[in-house]
Amino acid sequence: MRNASAIASLRAQIARIEGQSRQEGGVLPFGLPVLDAKLPGGGLALGALHEVAGGGPGTVDGAAAALFSAGIAARTEGPVFWICTQPDLFAPSLAQAGLPPDRVIYVEAGDDKTVLACTEEALRHGSLGAVVAEVAALNMTASRRLQLAVEGKRTIGIALRRWRRQADAADFGQPTSAVTRWRVSTLPSAPLPVPGVGRHRWLVELVRARAGESADFELEACDEQGRLALPAELADRPATAGGWGRSAAS
Amino acid sequence: MVTACCQAALEAGLRPGMALTKAQVLVPGLAVNEAAPQADQEGLHRLALWILQRFSPLVAADPPDGIVIDTTGADHLHGGEETMLESLVGRLAMSGVEARAAVADSWGAAHAFARYLARPIFVADPGRGLSLLSPLPLEALRLPPAMAGDLRTLGFRTVGDLQRQPRAPLALRFGPQLARRIDQALGEASEPFDPVRPADQVEARRAFAEPIAAAETIARYIGKLVADLCLALEERGLGARRLDLLVHRVDSRLQAVRVGMALPTRDVWRLTRLLCDKIETIDPGFGIEAMVLVAAIAEPLEMKQAVSSLVEVARPDVSGLVDTLANRIGGRAVYRIAAVASDVPERSVQRIPAMAPDTGTGWPDHWPRPARLLARPEPIETVALLPDHPPASFTWRGVRRRVRRADGPERVFGEWWRRDAELEAVRDYFRVEDDAGERYWVYRAGDGEDPATGSHRWFLHGIFG
Repeated sequence: MRNASAIASLRAQIARIEGQSRQEGGVLPFGLPVLDAKLPGGGLALGALHEVAGGGPGTVDGAAAALFSAGIAARTEGPVFWICTQPDLFAPSLAQAGLPPDRVIYVEAGDDKTVLACTEEALRHGSLGAVVAEVAALNMTASRRLQLAVEGKRTIGIALRRWRRQADAADFGQPTSAVTRWRVSTLPSAPLPVPGVGRHRWLVELVRARAGESADFELEACDEQGRLALPAELADRPATAGGWGRSAAS
Repeated sequence: MVTACCQAALEAGLRPGMALTKAQVLVPGLAVNEAAPQADQEGLHRLALWILQRFSPLVAADPPDGIVIDTTGADHLHGGEETMLESLVGRLAMSGVEARAAVADSWGAAHAFARYLARPIFVADPGRGLSLLSPLPLEALRLPPAMAGDLRTLGFRTVGDLQRQPRAPLALRFGPQLARRIDQALGEASEPFDPVRPADQVEARRAFAEPIAAAETIARYIGKLVADLCLALEERGLGARRLDLLVHRVDSRLQAVRVGMALPTRDVWRLTRLLCDKIETIDPGFGIEAMVLVAAIAEPLEMKQAVSSLVEVARPDVSGLVDTLANRIGGRAVYRIAAVASDVPERSVQRIPAMAPDTGTGWPDHWPRPARLLARPEPIETVALLPDHPPASFTWRGVRRRVRRADGPERVFGEWWRRDAELEAVRDYFRVEDDAGERYWVYRAGDGEDPATGSHRWFLHGIFG
């Protein structure tokens, strides 16, 4: 008990040092107790920048990462800006992840630099639900700018990392000022009693969370409201405590 | 005298400049219309105004048969010079005007390329004006016909011949105009032009006693101009959809900055900000002596009551953000996507303007759709049973994948009402999952039995998350 109160007072102290904005932001819960328990505040912080990348071939196509981001954006309030360089996103799939076409405004920028500039502009606006930026390079300075732009707003900023080659994905280990960092890779889908492909499954790794621990989860992909789900055979299993933690540079 | 003739007449051997009686002898029953230079002029002026509204803020009629457009800073909004010319010529062709267009470093060169190169559109690389101009005939320099005739008598045939001669003897014989025309074509001499201006447009103007050049000063005066313009717009109940800032420099050059808005507005702060974003594109040279702000397109703007009810939540207004981004990276790069009733995946989406009213439509969602759709389907090598089994394994981009699970087929028929070739075309889509859990959308062209429905080759079209 003494330990817990000491940690709580330390947290309060850190929050004071970090400034006011961190506390008033609020969070967007995933609605999955297993997942929310690992996130400080019980959900994805609003008014903050989050980073999402794919794993394996997903680092290049970013398909699962895009749907994961769409699921988060779908559960926010207000319009969504999707800023990218390659226009290969298929809008019907976003609609199936809960993001109807009328809510999304696409911005097609020529290069990463323009993507970042447009993202900063969109994050500054304040009344958007979420801004998703598909970028390859994101360094400390660029991410700090985005984080400062979104602080104090209720917008969720998502940097969807997507590289030209799988080898470039080593860049994901570099530090940025994003509040959380996720890696979403595909897993074999839920088994069906008949031939066919069941509900898609992902391995969602929380690689880094500011003031939180890293963890990974085996989850079912977004439904038409953008909600993730716990696979049925895992739902009744006791949550693994620790042991799954990974270092940020993994 | 024949002043102009159509394509059919040209093929029959008629030429402008021919005597009318001769033409009538050559072609019995020739349809002759009286030349109306005055009406031609007015038509040209109207066309210039049309281009002014759609393409560039600086447009002038160049009688008898041309229009000169200053595209500096306007081309990127239309997706580059080539695309802009294509769209210009295409839209003119749709309204029955046959046009040729060229972009070059100077008015003189563009004038020559549009008239003396037999291409509908032509974009001259910057700095290559001289080598491209050299083979063109003398008339390309916009010389009076008598002077061109005299030069021809002296043995000059092309622009290159003239360029190689020392200037002084030529100037002595033909006056300063010849040298000036050559310099203008090469972009070495300036050539101001007087842009057309619609009669009833709203504008604000400021002339400066001392020329200004600093960016901060320009920004301050932009703020004052926008305030003036918004007052004028308010009196008429209008909002601006497009603003042109014309900058008159002391060396009588004219520069223009254009910004467009998704919805009509007269918000001073927003318009000032959009214009100030573009200050870096203005080259003040030796100084700016006057600035004119014009509402090139203005539309009625009515005041609306803000939502005051307790239940209804005001929809956030993002038109300001859309304008900022659209003016920075081009209006076509900011868009929404709307559903189209088509089963062919690549045709089921279309881009609509970002601020278009909500369509409220969607796609039928009984089949999962991939998150990424490849721009064009990529052929894959497969091992598959015909006619209706999914592939057992496939090779895409050099990687062989074993299919563990699959779903399908979803049959998509060709749209015969669009193209005859699609009358019998069929695609069978499968969702396949490999050992590692990667999910792909593959299809077979054809139904697997009848070769008329497709080649039976397999393609990968999308990637599921």
